[in-house]
Amino acid sequence: MRRVYFDHSATTPVHPAVAEEMYRYVNKTFGNPSSVHFFGREARKAVEEAREKVARAIGARPEEVIFTSGGTESDLMAIKGVAYANRSKGNHIITSAIEHHAVLENCHALEKEGFTVTVLPVDADGMVSPDSVAAAINDKTILITIMHANNEVGTVQPIQEIGRLAREKGILFHTDAVQSFGKIPVNVDELMVDFISISGHKIYAPKGIGALYIRKGVRWLPISLGGGQERKRRPGTENVPGIAALGKAAEIALDNMADEAARLTLLRDRIIKEVMENYSNIRLNGHPTRRLPNHINFSFEFIEGEALLLSLDLQGVAASSGSACTSGSLEPSHVLLAMGLPPEIAHGSLRITLGKDNTEEDVSYFLEVLPAIIERLRAMSPLYHKVSDDCETCAKTWCR
Amino acid sequence: MYTEKVMDHFTNPRNVGEITEPSGVGEVGNPTCGDIMKIFLKVEDNIIKDIKFKTFGCGAAIATSSMVTEMAKGKTLDEALQISNKAVAEMLDGLPPQKMHCSNLAADALKKAIEDYQSKQTV
Ligand SMILES: Cc1ncc(COP(=O)(O)O)c(C=O)c1O
Ligand code: FES
Repeated sequence: MRRVYFDHSATTPVHPAVAEEMYRYVNKTFGNPSSVHFFGREARKAVEEAREKVARAIGARPEEVIFTSGGTESDLMAIKGVAYANRSKGNHIITSAIEHHAVLENCHALEKEGFTVTVLPVDADGMVSPDSVAAAINDKTILITIMHANNEVGTVQPIQEIGRLAREKGILFHTDAVQSFGKIPVNVDELMVDFISISGHKIYAPKGIGALYIRKGVRWLPISLGGGQERKRRPGTENVPGIAALGKAAEIALDNMADEAARLTLLRDRIIKEVMENYSNIRLNGHPTRRLPNHINFSFEFIEGEALLLSLDLQGVAASSGSACTSGSLEPSHVLLAMGLPPEIAHGSLRITLGKDNTEEDVSYFLEVLPAIIERLRAMSPLYHKVSDDCETCAKTWCR
Repeated sequence: MYTEKVMDHFTNPRNVGEITEPSGVGEVGNPTCGDIMKIFLKVEDNIIKDIKFKTFGCGAAIATSSMVTEMAKGKTLDEALQISNKAVAEMLDGLPPQKMHCSNLAADALKKAIEDYQSKQTV
């Protein structure tokens, strides 16, 4: 059976050149970067070269980049590190309702420690308004953390405008760029950010490696304590193969970014156009234009997302959904709900995220298998026929 | 994550659809996740002669709907009322723990449909 992987926001395959780089440090060059001898020096070189590559990709200085175990740890270190270091200045943090759990959960944990958190709403497109950020700032605000691109709906936030505000007020600004890094330009000075979270496995490096950018001179404290690695900012013997892989992946992403973004945008827009034209009762979630080049999120009304995913999987197409039934917690996606989608519509969401190996043929195949699936599931749905029956008298408004 | 039986009933659900002049109809919404299921019955001589369902829900919800209709078909109303959520899940060789609530939908909808039929008989 043909297999089409359309779930690159969940994770990506490791790029062959990245795997090769990694293998070298798993296999031959195995030294501890802190060792004085040849083996250690070789490993140290790999780590520092990777740091330069990641720094170059975001327009930072190498000493401003530290390696972590991934996006989750980077978010934790940025948020708690700023909170604890700036306690004497204030205790107020601003974030948004559509952040990744790695951000939201850490903010909520800080609330239990005496910090106050403002969770900003988003509009129907999933966009945070810089005005709402400005309005939320008070003299106790020490941190603003707003993601660059959302993982569920792909909306790209006005980070530069928010960064300017933060800078004017002297407030530290963190952005989770896990989904945007490698896909669209992420530059620390253009975006005016002080902290950036990056994760390897979203950019064709392996899982369990990430990076955190920390602007030189900002007030911040390390969270974990131990040895002197990463200049004491993130102790623990370095994950050399992972770090080398992340460096390589960042380099490749930077080299190909413009071409790949253009190519994926064409595939993305073809799917959006054909699906929107061919089905009724469907909507595109997320901002129509300010979205990641590889990112699509639809809601098919009257259909539940997990049933849709299973049906697609049976045809070899791998995608994901923000439906309650797929979430484990049985709550629909907090992102879709924050955008004002009724739970029934959040229920029918389908996320398609494209990547480097996807082709026109993959898109054609998906568009070919989709109609029968939608038709079958809608025919099974008790909500579907109702539209023609008693719409006049029905109290529900979401299916119109 | 799903058993072969679940996937079989998901891909080839039995008794999907509606009955035009049903003897009874039961509709339940699942407060846990928002799924909705509707069961239609044709009853003759106290026996379920025909049964159909429509479900807006996950794979487990569709499979349990399908299974409960198979289990109920041909049974007397009293027998059908004995069908428990647990029995439906067992007939499917089990459901993942976080999906057990989906089977509630099926047996509850069946029960409601039977009650609907019975309430019409007494008047
Ligand atoms: C926006 C965002 N932040 C953080 C993470 C977590 O990254 P990691 O899996 O590397 O911990 C993810 C991954 O799902 C993400 O999409
Ligand atoms: S049935 Fe159509 S709006 Fe309710």
